[in-house]
Amino acid sequence: MNSKNQLRKIIIHLALLCGLILTIAPFVWMISASFSPAGQANQYPPVFIPKTVTLEHYQTLFSRLSVARYFLNSIIISVSITGISLIFNSMAGFAFAKYRFPSKQKLFKLLLSAMVIPAQVTMLPLFLMLNRMGFINTYLGVIIPGIASIYGIFLIRQYIISIPDSLIEAARIDGANDFYIYWRIILPVSKPILVTMALFTFMGTWNDFLWPLIVLTKDSMYTLPVVLANLMGEHVQDTEMMMAGSVITILPIIIVFLALQKYYLHGIMLGSIKE
Amino acid sequence: MEFCELAKKRRSIGNRYSILLLTLDLVFSGCNSHTKDFRVIEFWAMGVEAQHVQKLLPQFEKENPGTHVKVQAIPWSAAHEKLLTAYAGNSTPDLCQLGNTWIPEFVVLDAVLPLDEFLQKSQIIHPKNYFTGIWETNVIKKRLYGIPWYVDTRIMFYRKDLVTALSYSEFPDNWAEFFRLCEKLVNQKKTEYAILLPLNGWHEIVIMAMQNGSQLLRDNDCYGDFENPAFLDALRFFVEFYKKKLCPMGMSEVANIYQSFADNYYAFFITGPWNIGEFHQRLPASMQSKWATAPMPSFNPAIPGISTAGGSSIVMFKNAKEKPEVWKFIEFLSREEIQAEFFRLSGDLPANVSAWELTGLRSNPQTEAFYRQLQHVVPTPKIPEWEQIALKIQQYVEYSVFGKMTLEEATRALDHEVNKILEKRRWLINKKSS
Amino acid sequence: MRFNILSETPRKNIAYLFLMPAMAAIFIFFFLPVLAALLMSFTDFDIYSLGDMSRARFVGLSNYLNLLRNPLFWKAMQNTAYFVLVGVPLSVMASLLAALALQSKLVRFKSLFRLSYFLPVVATLVAVAVIWRFIYHPRFGIFNYMLGLFGIQPIDWLGNPRWALLALIIMAVWKGFGYNMIIFIAGLQNIPESLYEAANLDGANAWQVFRHVTLPMLTQTTSFITLTTLISYCQFFAEPYVMTDGGPLNSTLSIVLLMYREGFKFWRMGYSAALAFFLFGIILIVTLIQMRFQKKYEF
Repeated sequence: MNSKNQLRKIIIHLALLCGLILTIAPFVWMISASFSPAGQANQYPPVFIPKTVTLEHYQTLFSRLSVARYFLNSIIISVSITGISLIFNSMAGFAFAKYRFPSKQKLFKLLLSAMVIPAQVTMLPLFLMLNRMGFINTYLGVIIPGIASIYGIFLIRQYIISIPDSLIEAARIDGANDFYIYWRIILPVSKPILVTMALFTFMGTWNDFLWPLIVLTKDSMYTLPVVLANLMGEHVQDTEMMMAGSVITILPIIIVFLALQKYYLHGIMLGSIKE
Repeated sequence: MEFCELAKKRRSIGNRYSILLLTLDLVFSGCNSHTKDFRVIEFWAMGVEAQHVQKLLPQFEKENPGTHVKVQAIPWSAAHEKLLTAYAGNSTPDLCQLGNTWIPEFVVLDAVLPLDEFLQKSQIIHPKNYFTGIWETNVIKKRLYGIPWYVDTRIMFYRKDLVTALSYSEFPDNWAEFFRLCEKLVNQKKTEYAILLPLNGWHEIVIMAMQNGSQLLRDNDCYGDFENPAFLDALRFFVEFYKKKLCPMGMSEVANIYQSFADNYYAFFITGPWNIGEFHQRLPASMQSKWATAPMPSFNPAIPGISTAGGSSIVMFKNAKEKPEVWKFIEFLSREEIQAEFFRLSGDLPANVSAWELTGLRSNPQTEAFYRQLQHVVPTPKIPEWEQIALKIQQYVEYSVFGKMTLEEATRALDHEVNKILEKRRWLINKKSS
Repeated sequence: MRFNILSETPRKNIAYLFLMPAMAAIFIFFFLPVLAALLMSFTDFDIYSLGDMSRARFVGLSNYLNLLRNPLFWKAMQNTAYFVLVGVPLSVMASLLAALALQSKLVRFKSLFRLSYFLPVVATLVAVAVIWRFIYHPRFGIFNYMLGLFGIQPIDWLGNPRWALLALIIMAVWKGFGYNMIIFIAGLQNIPESLYEAANLDGANAWQVFRHVTLPMLTQTTSFITLTTLISYCQFFAEPYVMTDGGPLNSTLSIVLLMYREGFKFWRMGYSAALAFFLFGIILIVTLIQMRFQKKYEF
């Protein structure tokens, strides 16, 4: 029995290790290629550890292509969307969880069923609409469609529902008004789900490229993924530089994820538990 | 803009955050240009052309102090949507590189400026310095909307060694002879197939049809004209290559066109100038002396075979701010020595004929064939619907080749479909006249 | 059950106040455009109308009918179906396998494995595409190198119409399986330990335990995962957009990519909107079938 278990243990670990290599290898190769001298990637068989290390591709990206600018654009857009949507979604989630008002269930069902509509349906009219409002080629044009999300409201509502009503009542007896309750009681207690939501939103907007590509005309406003997608068409030969660009784009998101992964993974589980 | 202000404020804080300042400087380095009295021209160019044209700018800016040209690169794959959304969002640049076949669309949108007045006064740009067919693509309803930048057309790339082995001293100048040559190659097992006529393109059949006198569309480009014998006969000839197994059926069989060309899989290929570079780069060294180019054969040996007029032009947008400066820049790009320099940088064939002499393109037999062909190029119908129509042509040619439809059925169906596409055009024309 | 002093009449207004910003944003920037798209799909809004709205007409259902006659549409349907039918089972199976392995009591370094499997999920797709384009490189790519070790001739993965879609599926599975893995782990954690103990007492082997305990207990999780994966794979877009642009020979053209092309590239908005609603219809049908199927299973 014991030796059988031992064998199983080895097999499972070997399988898991294979999986680990498959998922990690592309990233390792990306990082290694980004530090290699130009032309190194075009070698057969592939080289995983560069013989000489160089920073030239990063230097080119920052000096010639002003990547810092795009980095800043990405930050501005992602942080704004995350901040605004967090407040809007949590307010609505609170209302759905703890208030009674006419046709609440109907409204909530309408929202939930709308989640089936693919976002791409709205792209064209949304573009024309924002154009009329004068938001094309502004950060606002990218930010506005993201300031509230049905999924976010749903997720936060799920969490707030589990907060005991007695907590709210106690505060009310002490004379607290609704906004005080929202701000001082609900939000602090909901911190885990808020962090999760913030992560979801931040990652989603950081990684998005299609909407910014359409809305932003001037290249000085592009976000990192848009620039990378553009570079892809033109610098196909400069593999090492493309890899450096990928590292700059991916790295922030990975760091944020690793730092807050507990909340993130928890959030996914919460979202999957049905009512 | 507000970030520039921010950066300036930060600067006054002092040296304490020097690293922060350094990064801020990097970020906001674009801001300073606003403070000086600079005229900025915004120029959108596609893909690699954008990279190459950058290198010409210092000379222009030296000759025109106070004018700064800002080039923005648009990837080819997203160029069309980028331009249309920019138009819709009222944020078009001052000038832009535009594929010849796209000009009609932007004329319909009333987005680009007619250049006739500028041209009349110009000392530098003269229509006679350009290939007539190419120039034509920029003229819509007798008004000029673009200046050709670089040119492109389709000609025959062929295996010279195989053709001479069959005792042809020159490449056939007519289709009948060419067809016999193809049959000989395949019958004598010199090659697996003779020619590549990919079904995912439309140039080959359109060239043959136009050579045969087809206008493709009729009545002011309001209806399809594909049932016309001029098109039908050309299609019959085209399909004959497949029927006689002179041409492979699916493109997927030809995994690598260059490899297959070298492997005697086929001997002829109708394609454009970019493949000169590709052939040099991708064919093995032993193959380099064995290929050549020739102008298109024709149906009537007395008349040279025509081909399609392609390439890119420069257009000026209606809302360009510094129009005289923009025109100066267009003139600069059109100058023969600049055109020659641009060819050396990019490999794109110059639009200005004089630049062909300067660059030695005429003494190179591979490019000389393009020069001869460019004397006989014709634009495809200059309407915005052309790309859709071309896709339909492609589709029905495929049906004919695979025998899903007889030629008569295919052309009738094609006319029907194209008439439907053009319905809107007819409606607009009627609306305008009534 | 929800005894609630927050439900007094004046509180209703406060509830609306809380709802207002999010609802306003969702109605204006989501529902309104959806409605507009629906209306648009019955018009011939195109490049002519872009400069001058009076050049658009009501055309009834003809956009939808034209769609059905467009071979490119059927090509895209076929590709999307292939992508869904191959991709979804692959992805769900990969997630389940990973989750099962990670739930095993024998495994050490669980969080390390879990994290690394999840890494591709958070990575920016465009950057991932850059990497994978090179992994698939016919001459220098790692993929062909590894196949070469087994004596397989190099394949031009993204350049060959026969393989391009499969190549994208492999990449999509790699990128996405970690997400569903986490949900499966949550589902596995909810299975009471006593069930396993009972099965072990009955002398069930590993496969039998999986077949008769784990799998039935995971029904709900599995159907949730299948449904969400199905929906997201139906909307397959970003991968072909950045990797192949639908080529070679339209072998990776998906419905959403076609919609994007028609809409933003050719500016045939009416036609493109019709395409969007067609996709919406398909997703709705898929969802309903799945839900019906799931109910049958549960009760």
